[in-house]
Amino acid sequence: MVDERAASFAKRSIKTTMKGAGLRLAVSMVDLTTLEGKDTPEKVRALCRKAVCPHEGGQIEPALPHVAAVCVYPSMVRTAKAAVAGSGVKVASVATAFPSGQYPLDGRLADVRQVVADGADEVDMVINRGAFLAGRYDEVAQEIREVKKACGPAHLKIILETGELETYDHIRRASDLAIEAAAVDGDLADGEVFIKTSTGKVSPAATMPVTLIMLEAIRDHYLATGVRIGMKPAGGIRTAKSALHYLMMVSETLDEHWLSPHLFRFGASSLVNDLVRQALKLSTGTYAAGYDTSVS
Amino acid sequence: MVLKTYKLFINGQFPRTESGRSIKIDGLNGQALAHVCRASRKDLRNAVEAASAAQSGWAGRSAYNRGQILYRMAEMLEARAGEFTDVIASTVDDGCEAAAREVQAAIDRLVSYAGWTDKFSQMLGTHNPVAGPHYNFTVPEAIGVVGVVAPDALPLLGLVSLIAPALCAGNTVVALGSEAHPLATAIVGEVCATSDVPAGVVNLLTGLRSELVEHFAGHREIGAIHAANLPGEQAERLRAGSAENLKRVVVRAIAEPEGWYDESACHSPWWIEPLIDFKTIWHPSGI
Repeated sequence: MVDERAASFAKRSIKTTMKGAGLRLAVSMVDLTTLEGKDTPEKVRALCRKAVCPHEGGQIEPALPHVAAVCVYPSMVRTAKAAVAGSGVKVASVATAFPSGQYPLDGRLADVRQVVADGADEVDMVINRGAFLAGRYDEVAQEIREVKKACGPAHLKIILETGELETYDHIRRASDLAIEAAAVDGDLADGEVFIKTSTGKVSPAATMPVTLIMLEAIRDHYLATGVRIGMKPAGGIRTAKSALHYLMMVSETLDEHWLSPHLFRFGASSLVNDLVRQALKLSTGTYAAGYDTSVS
Repeated sequence: MVLKTYKLFINGQFPRTESGRSIKIDGLNGQALAHVCRASRKDLRNAVEAASAAQSGWAGRSAYNRGQILYRMAEMLEARAGEFTDVIASTVDDGCEAAAREVQAAIDRLVSYAGWTDKFSQMLGTHNPVAGPHYNFTVPEAIGVVGVVAPDALPLLGLVSLIAPALCAGNTVVALGSEAHPLATAIVGEVCATSDVPAGVVNLLTGLRSELVEHFAGHREIGAIHAANLPGEQAERLRAGSAENLKRVVVRAIAEPEGWYDESACHSPWWIEPLIDFKTIWHPSGI
């Protein structure tokens, strides 16, 4: 049922004016990500420049918006923060022993406090999948509560790593658990907490059925409490076409409030280039070359 | 009898055109022979995406290995020589002998460029005299994705002659086959699919030049166009449409049919030369 419903969104076609609006919206929702062992400050600065100005050629009128955030490893937070200063682009950092989460809790919490102290606006945590799959739900929930406290004012994104959760039932259970655990200190503000599919280090990463299940958990939480939790599919979304399919799914599963970077993000690195290429096609009428966009 | 519907050849697969359109092909006796796809702008776009993704891998193979694969194409083409001869003779009014001669020449052309893969850079590369303590080399490199627009006449030989030099140099190809006689083009796809040609290295479209030349010209990822014997207006549209993106446009004028059989001209490295870029390297020496 979920598979059929999710597949139905990929059959829609959006053209011309609406496509242009959708591309711009999608750009504004990207968490432009680099999470590699070989990352350097120079690479992070290049990424930040692209985040602030996704296309510098000037052929796209009006110019594309900046992306929502850059997403980096903890050691790069200060570099990224300085590079995007004044632009409106947020800095998100992975933490809690990303991507495995297989470190003692103290270390994971120290990780979070460090990135917040370094200026991260958003923290992307991983849940303890081992504990979750072993049925130790209270342990998982308690860890999320402690991470949420350690975040202070920073927004929290909770990575379920759905590629490791094995069944759709588990994904729904983990979504509910994460949302409820994060809300422990009274009401959350809209967008203060996101749930996120994947680290990008495990295959499969984000898929449409998985995202749909998580959106439904968000919807049910909203109907019960009036609080809007955010959603971030991450990994594997590389084309403008698939980004538009996701937006379609969001708008039909939730409502227009979620069609905003405050409540919906794409975790991606190469997606921005394809969005730029499609926007170039719309504004110039010709297909772009690989060298028309920066390296992703 | 059920008429065969030939499909496009993109990224090593045989997709239908996304537009759902087809063209009925009639034989010389007026009887319908088959259908071919009428490719659209978006099919061209998909083909260029595939060619672009395949290009660095193809150029990165050893020249010798590219030669082996081109030679394998020639072998597979030869194995189907009878089928090609029949298909060409069914729509081209020159008789079976002319068709068989064309097929043989196409095989020879592939073999010739299979041989050139590891030799043309010695012919076209240079060692330049410079006033200083440097070795100075100029070496050829593939341009990237080459768009081929094949002539109407000699539907197999024309297509193969335009594709082979591009492949030889490490380019990948998006080709629009003969508009008047597209059946041979469709079968060349089946040859490629059985010849160790990596997916995306050769992509073949059938359809209308009048509809597609402007998109060949405008697509910025296509680095050069290799065409021959086009109507003047279409050649002009290729050149005008390429003015903004500065791609190289080569529209050859070949005397039909004998020009295509002139091996001294058609088997020459000068057919490769427009489809490469030159890179010059300064290397310190004697310091």
